[in-house]
Amino acid sequence: MRYSLFSVLGQALRGQRDWTPQWRDAAPREAYDVVIVGGGGHGLATAYYLAKEHGITNVAVLEKSHVGSGNVGRNTTIVRSNYGLPGNIPFYERSMKLWEGLEQDINYNAMVSQRGVLNLYHSDAQRDAYARRGNAMRLAGIDAELLDREGVRRLVPFIDFDNARFPVKGGLLQRRGGTVRHDAVAWGYARAASDRGVDIVQNCAVTGIRRENGRVTGVETSRGFIRANKVAISVAGSSSLLAGMVDMRLPIESHVLQAFVSEGVKPLIDGVMTFGAGHFYVSQSDKGGLVFGGDIDGYNSYAQRGNLHTIEDVMEGGMALWPGLGRLRLLRHWGGIMDMSMDGSPIIDRTDIGGLYLNAGWCYGGFKATPAAGFCFAHLIARDEPHSDAAAYRLDRFATGHIIDEKGMGAQPNLH
Amino acid sequence: MRIRCPYCGERDNGEFSYLGDAAPQRPDGLDASAEAMHDYVYLRDNPAGTIRELWYHASGCRSWLVVTRDTRTHAIESVEPARDVARARRSGEAA
Amino acid sequence: MTTLALQSAEPLGSTAHDQPFRTASGGLIDRNRPRDFTFDGKRLTGFHGDTLASALLANGVRLVGRSFKYHRPRGILTAGSEEPNALVELRSGARREPNTRATMAELYEGLEAASQNRWPSLAVDALSVNALLAPVFAAGFYYKTFMWPASLWEKLYEPMIRRAAGLGRAADAPDPDIYDRAHAHCDVLVIGGGPAGLSAALAAGRSGARVILVDEDFVTGGRLLAERREVGGGSGAEWAARAVAELQSLPEVRILSRTTLFGVYDHGSYGAVERVSDHVAVPADHAPRQRLWRIVAKHAVLAAGAIERPHVFGGNDRPGVMLAGAVRTYLNRYGVLPGRRIAVFTSSDDGWRTVADVLAAGGTVPAVIDTRTSVPPQLRRMAEAAGARVVVGGYVAGTKGHLGLTAIQVVDGYDSTETIACDGLAMANGWNPVVHLDSHLSRKPVWNEAIHAFVPGTLPSGMTAVGAAAGLFTLSGCLESGARAGAEAATECGFSAAAEPAPATDPESEGHTPLWRVPRPKGKAFADFQNDVAASDVELAHREGFRAVELLKRYTTLGMATDQGKTSNLAGLSIMAELTGKDIPSVGTTVFRPPFTPVAIGAFAGHHRGKDFRATRHVPSHAWAEENGGVFVETGLWLRPAYFPKAGETDWLETVVREVETVRARVGICDVTTLGKIDIQGPDALAFIERVCANPFATLPIGKARYAVLLREDGFVLDDGTVARLAETHYVMTASTANAAKVMQHLEFCRQWLWPELDVQLASVSEQWAQYAVAGPRARDTLRRVIDPGFDISNEAFPFLASAEVTVGGGIPARLFRISFSGELAYELAVPAAFGDAAWRALMQAGLPYGITAYGSEALSVMRIEKGHAAGAEINGQTTARDLGLGGMLAKKKDYVGRLMKERPALTDPDRPVLVGFRPVEPGARLRAGAHFLALGAEPSLEADEGVMTSVAYSPSLKSWIGIGLLRRGPERHGERVRAYDPVRDADIEVEICSPVFVDPKEEKLRV
Repeated sequence: MRYSLFSVLGQALRGQRDWTPQWRDAAPREAYDVVIVGGGGHGLATAYYLAKEHGITNVAVLEKSHVGSGNVGRNTTIVRSNYGLPGNIPFYERSMKLWEGLEQDINYNAMVSQRGVLNLYHSDAQRDAYARRGNAMRLAGIDAELLDREGVRRLVPFIDFDNARFPVKGGLLQRRGGTVRHDAVAWGYARAASDRGVDIVQNCAVTGIRRENGRVTGVETSRGFIRANKVAISVAGSSSLLAGMVDMRLPIESHVLQAFVSEGVKPLIDGVMTFGAGHFYVSQSDKGGLVFGGDIDGYNSYAQRGNLHTIEDVMEGGMALWPGLGRLRLLRHWGGIMDMSMDGSPIIDRTDIGGLYLNAGWCYGGFKATPAAGFCFAHLIARDEPHSDAAAYRLDRFATGHIIDEKGMGAQPNLH
Repeated sequence: MRIRCPYCGERDNGEFSYLGDAAPQRPDGLDASAEAMHDYVYLRDNPAGTIRELWYHASGCRSWLVVTRDTRTHAIESVEPARDVARARRSGEAA
Repeated sequence: MTTLALQSAEPLGSTAHDQPFRTASGGLIDRNRPRDFTFDGKRLTGFHGDTLASALLANGVRLVGRSFKYHRPRGILTAGSEEPNALVELRSGARREPNTRATMAELYEGLEAASQNRWPSLAVDALSVNALLAPVFAAGFYYKTFMWPASLWEKLYEPMIRRAAGLGRAADAPDPDIYDRAHAHCDVLVIGGGPAGLSAALAAGRSGARVILVDEDFVTGGRLLAERREVGGGSGAEWAARAVAELQSLPEVRILSRTTLFGVYDHGSYGAVERVSDHVAVPADHAPRQRLWRIVAKHAVLAAGAIERPHVFGGNDRPGVMLAGAVRTYLNRYGVLPGRRIAVFTSSDDGWRTVADVLAAGGTVPAVIDTRTSVPPQLRRMAEAAGARVVVGGYVAGTKGHLGLTAIQVVDGYDSTETIACDGLAMANGWNPVVHLDSHLSRKPVWNEAIHAFVPGTLPSGMTAVGAAAGLFTLSGCLESGARAGAEAATECGFSAAAEPAPATDPESEGHTPLWRVPRPKGKAFADFQNDVAASDVELAHREGFRAVELLKRYTTLGMATDQGKTSNLAGLSIMAELTGKDIPSVGTTVFRPPFTPVAIGAFAGHHRGKDFRATRHVPSHAWAEENGGVFVETGLWLRPAYFPKAGETDWLETVVREVETVRARVGICDVTTLGKIDIQGPDALAFIERVCANPFATLPIGKARYAVLLREDGFVLDDGTVARLAETHYVMTASTANAAKVMQHLEFCRQWLWPELDVQLASVSEQWAQYAVAGPRARDTLRRVIDPGFDISNEAFPFLASAEVTVGGGIPARLFRISFSGELAYELAVPAAFGDAAWRALMQAGLPYGITAYGSEALSVMRIEKGHAAGAEINGQTTARDLGLGGMLAKKKDYVGRLMKERPALTDPDRPVLVGFRPVEPGARLRAGAHFLALGAEPSLEADEGVMTSVAYSPSLKSWIGIGLLRRGPERHGERVRAYDPVRDADIEVEICSPVFVDPKEEKLRV
């Protein structure tokens, strides 16, 4: 049923009786043209764009748990395209443009909310680095504004301007940045893909990838063998484990990133704000909870939980920036497993194995990339050549030196 | 997380900084290949399970340590001075 | 005593009049200590020992809040931290605390509380119209609408939703209170101060083990305080008091009351928050409001108890409907009747306990409705004797009342409905063990069919669950399991402990068959009270395919309110189980995450706020700089003098220009102590340096220093600095301020891990040496007056790049390096840090005749840009030595870190941007770092981007702004012009490409 004010009112009168499952809970068939491993945001978006842009609908999305059970449902919901390196800029702007039309495209309100992303700076050097980044964005036609202290004060008058250890001197603002209701992205893509004929198979764990003569032939799963001409891996957090099934080692480590939400309160902050002198960023959900986070815990982990040291570090950043937070209460904290890549940037590429494609290494930037990752990955799978916006995300860039290291941290994943 | 530094005793993980997998070995010398160096610098097993990994007691004795830990549960099996491990490995190579 | 009380004609005195629902006697409150408080501005009185909730109930206030979505009237459901409904704004102004559970707020004199999420008032709430729209506002309706037109989302729909959402209002000013953080270590940590926890603490404590007992309540005893039970021949409360007294007498036992253990972390780490001052209006001077504890325990005994389950029936959220255990708590502990006519709706034997307690407190029980078809006859007789209508095998289908309960609609075993008047309803649907804490380490609880509840599964080693938290709901079971676990835990920690026999209790029965939801509810039947998730929403989620428990939760928001589903999760699960035809454990359980109850953000941060957010490091000349008007700048943790204005100088640029000109013409000194300094000693010191530095050092003689460049293994520049050879096997390396710690860590990595066979030792001596740059044509003259006579620093004896160990001030050891960042004749003098201040003052004195100036980091930076030296903006982790024009100095014939990877094709691409200098074409035009370079006439685009300006300065030497930056094929393009395009600052300036060395390119000045 198409979603509209009319259908909502109609069902209100009918006791909500006629709604049907938002996506078919499909049983796996014997064979598909494309099997996508991973029913998270990226996998579902890939399936959707395969169907919509390339007319490929004989597609299965295999999810070991339920739709959206991975990082798409455990992030801090921020979208932005404020990158500084040419390898990243067109890709994230593609994503931002897709976000801007997403809801009408998939007929699902994912609450794409462009209330701005503000990165604060606290020194002349940081200001210049942000100017460099903002200018790169402007060269690409992306909105970016460099604010001085007063400009920041107009947006967030409540932060500490008077007694800060690292005084706020200004900020880089992308007004088109903002937040999106994360779960709804997964559900909306699932519904839209399912409507176009894609099979979404839940509770179906991939346990092996079969190859013959250097080409994939299908996947072993907890629900039996499924033949496939093409297999696309989209399982951020577990990419190394899937790659290990075909004896590939990746330039990736799995790390835990914690996220936090406070009790719900009446509106305090409109957009997203990041602290430039500590590990803290924050926004407020439509339900009223402050959603915030900081840095990864810093050690390899597949456990979706972190430790107190990082929690305290994040809260210290929060209180240093915004001392009015003190009496608000942390409601819940959790961890997600990040594919931390060696240069902090993702991989969307073919592999040495025919018909096997990889979408991985998103570090903690995967959510905002969801539409473009799906769009470009679908392009790669359908045409066997990279989409121009994602052309830099090659697997061999570490060998050629075309690395995309926004932070300049080098080959140490936990520093990105 | 608590890490038992062989020199300082059990400490909070906040005192340590982390490097990563201790398995990759640097290909030393002028005849090392770029491929081997690429694999050393960039490729990781990234196991879900036991890993031997390098930690540095930054806010303590400045020792590099090899911690054997389970990445699924965070349970720590052992902590050894990295230098001892490296020396043992070298003498193993020599033998 | 209030004035009103004195006027009272009531024989019981003030209390009965002021607090109409207070019992005549009994409870653990202090009736001699009245406490005045306000709720929504209305003045009320309670007693010391009350919670806000019990005091409100004593005053007959049943309506305390509005629900999140439908703004339905809500009352008090529980008597503990699981409360979903009774949330208030506590205190006011900068201390306002939204969403505070009235059930946990201790009453103090002058307490101010206000209801929240209502307008204009609690009784008349405009948004209660939402309740009428409930048929539209079903779970997830917002995903299906508000999409047209797209632009209206941010402008109209979302602001409307945001304003309506949220609960209370946050404080509108910085938190005025302070927070503390503390660490504690113990053998046995006992979590929970009820009968099981007290027994465990006693058994462990008596053995001499170090015990910490953490209890969230302000009186320790748990349900012993809430039930009329007998323990060891006396009342349960008396036994608890005796146990507490004994524990307090044991020297190794610490009781942390008002303390919530909120999280379990790896390796025996626990987080707890102590509400040190929340029970007073304002913390005492210097006392923290709260204290965050990090507890490291060898063993933990989980005795966190259980949470009672509501029934899911129509109108189960109406004020006056309460958990049966809570009713008993208010009756027995607080001496409050939550209603005068309290009906009981139960599926378990212990619900019937409520009947006797209500009667004993002076209330009446109009009816007892048990959902089970068979009930122990003695319970039934007791209720009937009290005049209660007893319905067996029936249920409550609905409730009546505008802002509070007036009647219930009861369906009996024959499906006939009757309406029974009452102003209170006690629900008893069994208990859920608190399995939250044992789930924090990713352990899943398991279903226990015998008690129809999730119980702890396999616990991590070093953790035991006891009492109700383990599913043992009898008092005797709590006492016995607690004592046994306490003794075992102490024994495991090496103490000799044995569980003594548990004290005797009065008899009890624990029959229970839950009813997950009533068959035909009248009206909305809520599973999650706070988030307004009704059974019908669970049905809708099921219909739309959101059947996995996590999907159910996220789609309906079940369990996501501030109570995190403590009273609702199982209700939702059980309905989904019924709809899917599965049993409850197959549907699963949501993952419980910390914190157990919400914790103030301020408590986590402790004192790390304001200026104390991070430590502040001062340079050795800090005192002098302060005395002399230095302006400081934050550089990492350092506070460095940026410049030293003199009287009459009107802006920073004027000062900096004067400092630079003085250095270039005369002499200046600058504190460069912030540099990293690493001592490298041992027979293999040289071999080590050769492997970590990219340029060669084999030929460096004793008494000489050399510029050093270090690469990361991936071939990019890590840092630069100098290496000086002080003796045959003794070197000292400097690293940049920003990278000092990183370089030290890297060197230790190389030494300990990569090349353990090298006989070399490293020591960070950054803190041990104060180091000052003395620069300018009169630098030598100045230094001569400071360095002890006998050491020749003439140009011949101590040429450029010489280094030596010298003495100053009559025998104080010092190190002297003839190195120059400014391009002038310059030295760096290092003295032991303790002499730093004195040495600085001595240098200033010595330089007086030559017109010396102190210069700060700004002038330092200007001069390094004039000389084209790369610094942080250029060595940013993205540049290679070649990019920085340092390619020529790299060693060809040795292996070193980064050697191979720097040769990758993309890093040797001749098209890469390389460091060059820039001058504005129009004289006087200001340059800015961060501008991008475009060919003249090129349309701005990413493709046209040729590089970036990295550092700029106003050069007093050239009387012009100058810049250095990275430009494609830059060195080939000297003399060419490009645009420095800076749209974020509305600038677009034509610049000419030049050598990055603006001053003294032949390096004559530094060699004289």
